[in-house]
Amino acid sequence: MSYQIHSCKVLSQKEIAPNIIETRIQNKELAEQAKPGQFLHIQCGDPISMPLRRPISICDVQGDILCFIYEVKGRGTKALQSQTETLDILGPVGNGFTVAPQTYKNPAVIGGGIGVYPMLYLTKQLPTASAYLGFRNKSLVTLEEEFKKAATFLSVSTDDGSYGNNGFALDCLKKDFAEKQFDIIYACGPKGMLRAIQAFAKEVGVPCQISLEERMGCGIGACLTCSCETHEEGAGKYQRVCKNGPVFWAEEVVL
Amino acid sequence: MNLKVNIAGIELENPVIAASGTFGFGREYAEFYDLSEIGAISVKGLTKAPRAGNPPTRITETYGGILNSVGLQNPGVDAFIKEEIPFLRQYRCKIIANMAGSTFEDYCEMAEKLSDADVDLLEMNISCPNVKAGGAAFGTNPDTVYEITKTVRKYAKRPLIVKLSPNVSDITETAKAAEAGGADALSLINTLTGMAIDVKTRRPILANVIGGMSGPCVKPVAVRMVYQVHKATKLPIIGMGGITTGDDAVEFMLAGSHAIMVGTANFTDPYACPKIRDGIQAYMKQYNIEDVNDLVGKVIVD
Repeated sequence: MSYQIHSCKVLSQKEIAPNIIETRIQNKELAEQAKPGQFLHIQCGDPISMPLRRPISICDVQGDILCFIYEVKGRGTKALQSQTETLDILGPVGNGFTVAPQTYKNPAVIGGGIGVYPMLYLTKQLPTASAYLGFRNKSLVTLEEEFKKAATFLSVSTDDGSYGNNGFALDCLKKDFAEKQFDIIYACGPKGMLRAIQAFAKEVGVPCQISLEERMGCGIGACLTCSCETHEEGAGKYQRVCKNGPVFWAEEVVL
Repeated sequence: MNLKVNIAGIELENPVIAASGTFGFGREYAEFYDLSEIGAISVKGLTKAPRAGNPPTRITETYGGILNSVGLQNPGVDAFIKEEIPFLRQYRCKIIANMAGSTFEDYCEMAEKLSDADVDLLEMNISCPNVKAGGAAFGTNPDTVYEITKTVRKYAKRPLIVKLSPNVSDITETAKAAEAGGADALSLINTLTGMAIDVKTRRPILANVIGGMSGPCVKPVAVRMVYQVHKATKLPIIGMGGITTGDDAVEFMLAGSHAIMVGTANFTDPYACPKIRDGIQAYMKQYNIEDVNDLVGKVIVD
């Protein structure tokens, strides 16, 4: 894989839920290369003041337009929110999800919180998929219409029961499992959720891919800062989230 | 216009060197540009045996810089010699083997092995803040710096650079100790130890609690230390600490650096090294400087 920096035109930045920003950018090359589960390594604000790029997953691609969605959390994402002209983007970066409808005919897609967003482009590329989305509360429920179109079955849950099913998305997936007999689970979300999904996939013996998030440096595999623990020993114990991931097979990693 | 510099008998095409730990073994950056464009690469810190490194979180941004605590994750010196040197030798850039040990014996053994391998210079890292044994423990005491340099010198058949820690009260003491011990050159500064706490969770952001700070925020400290060491020793100096532009590099050269290293800036912009080289050239053109070596130590202090 060859890396590139792209100067991307910002088409829009829109707050779609409290502190949740949907950004649309235009760049043909980037759009052509992007695969589900990959991310963009984005320069936010003044690079002398903020030397690290911010890794944000690709949410959707339509023609030469890419969409990504992020939560405004700190200095970097605040600066990003105010960049309305162009963005300096390294990408697309990382290993995405394995899209293999011949092998996996009955996939489940599950996302929690901002981990919902990387799952849209994946769901769109799967001929059939059951999608399970979890949000904290009603005000954060987003992309429901898009997922409804992309998935063959959609389940939306909120932690406080203010919208959709009351509880966790994984509990809904578990309830449906006996009936639907999924042959792969794709997941992205908070670490606790991923840990529970990893345990469930192991219990039922279904292959599972999870997308991980970690504080990141170079984004290209050189600096070894965005590590995730694996079952290996020695120099291979910690794998690079940016290069070996961000998507890993669940059985490879220690969460 | 001459950009060539000479460090302890080794000629570099230009004074820009990729700093250890930010550039791996060059493979990732070779996807962006021809590595022959830079003077040298100081490779990821090598240890005698492969090393897993510290648990995550290993990095966080601070104002104008970063904190890291990778903890010397690397495949070990033997894998480096077998797998990485042949790759790097495809390019004209010189190879600096950065060594990190826990004991004097570790450094001696690595210096001997690497001298027999095809590398150009050895850089002895006695200033890593992220490991428990060795590392900065050796680099902060002038007597130990003298002893370890003298001991490792006997095994090093290539020019030996000693990388100095800034976490000392007087860096000229450790610089002079390395010179007396037989160092051929000095590189400075390694990272300044730092810490950041997440006030929401009240926990340190780095799993290792304390890490090494680098980036633009450390530059004035680094320039000051290069200036002091240049006055205190006769050794060639490789200066580093927050260099992001050609002007930053010139600043280090005026303070007394013969060459410079670029670290954190590689994360911001993968093309940082060749851009900094171009920036040095632009400065030379603007001020009618024929030879980059004419900048070394030329700060005017009235």
